[in-house]
Amino acid sequence: MSAPRRPSDPSGLERYYVLTGGRSGPGGSASSLDVATLIVSLTAPVTGTQHEHEEILRRCRDPLSVAELGAHLGLPFNILAVLLADLLEAGRVEARDPIPAHDAGRGPDLALLEEVLSGLQRL
Amino acid sequence: MDFKGFDHPGRPAAGGTRSVKVMIAGGFGTGKTTMVRSVSDIKPLTTEETLTQASADVDHLIGVADKTQTTVSLDFGKISLNESLMLYLFGTPGQERFWFLWNGLFKGALGAIVLVDTRRLASSFRAIEEMERLDVPFVIALNVFPDSVNHPIDEIRDALDLSPHTPIVACDARDRASSRDVLVALIHHLKERSDVALETR
Ligand SMILES: Nc1nc2c(ncn2[C@@H]2O[C@H](COP(=O)(O)OP(=O)(O)O)[C@@H](O)[C@H]2O)c(=O)[nH]1
Ligand SMILES: [Mg+2]
Repeated sequence: MSAPRRPSDPSGLERYYVLTGGRSGPGGSASSLDVATLIVSLTAPVTGTQHEHEEILRRCRDPLSVAELGAHLGLPFNILAVLLADLLEAGRVEARDPIPAHDAGRGPDLALLEEVLSGLQRL
Repeated sequence: MDFKGFDHPGRPAAGGTRSVKVMIAGGFGTGKTTMVRSVSDIKPLTTEETLTQASADVDHLIGVADKTQTTVSLDFGKISLNESLMLYLFGTPGQERFWFLWNGLFKGALGAIVLVDTRRLASSFRAIEEMERLDVPFVIALNVFPDSVNHPIDEIRDALDLSPHTPIVACDARDRASSRDVLVALIHHLKERSDVALETR
């Protein structure tokens, strides 16, 4: 892979172009990704793969949100979503969307709200 | 750090940890970043999104990557509610007109806190309108500044044109317990809405 480990132009559009192979916008399975979606590695990082892919697998041994990943890797959401789509398609990570208060057709999730409440009350 | 996810390929990884999200909205300078910071377990972070829009709308205050690209940043923090449930808090970008460009920013949120500075009520009008339009349940948190005047709640409710059901609580966004209490008020509000929904079935 030709992507530099330490890009000389870290915030530049050029870096994003290299990382994503010029692809834009989250496609396929990553299109529903949320900033609060938790990413969990399903396989160990393999050296030799693209540095950022490896870095994601390493950081997501324990579940980590897309927002935290973006902040740690210095990548905007839309670029990260493209990388995560690769990993999701390859079955190397699992994505868990945030739990909504209401599930379509299933009504309000009172048990969830109670769980949130007791967690807050312990703070 | 352990490797529990890697020991059993094909099985669900790393326990059943899940997340919920709450949005913190309100006008510029109402204390959104302060609240995220005070209540978070982790050092608050910032994540960015590159939004594309017509160049005519570009705002020179928010950093423009090129004619049609705008970078919007989101402050966020997290609270471990228990071993397997994380609460993520996102302070929305001050410019509400970008909210609709960020697809799904409010989707899946339990609800929102709208911060209001009573010295400048109008600065949070747009945030309230957007919550109503997006159908996101919310509570109003009056962030008390040293020279804030103590207005009767009913006057504030009228001035903000709020429904009688929308809770209004006072807070000090710099204080962890006070910010936590606003979150508790939001969850109570969501439970009450749930009760109503169940009754009307
Ligand atoms: N006295 C007082 N000052 C506050 C409070 N919350 C925020 N501030 C101050 O108000 C300013 C704006 O707050 P900030 O969180 O950046 O607002 P944001 O634009 O909504 O993110 C900062 O200088 C804060 O220190 C509060 O509860 N009391
Ligand atoms: Mg701020």
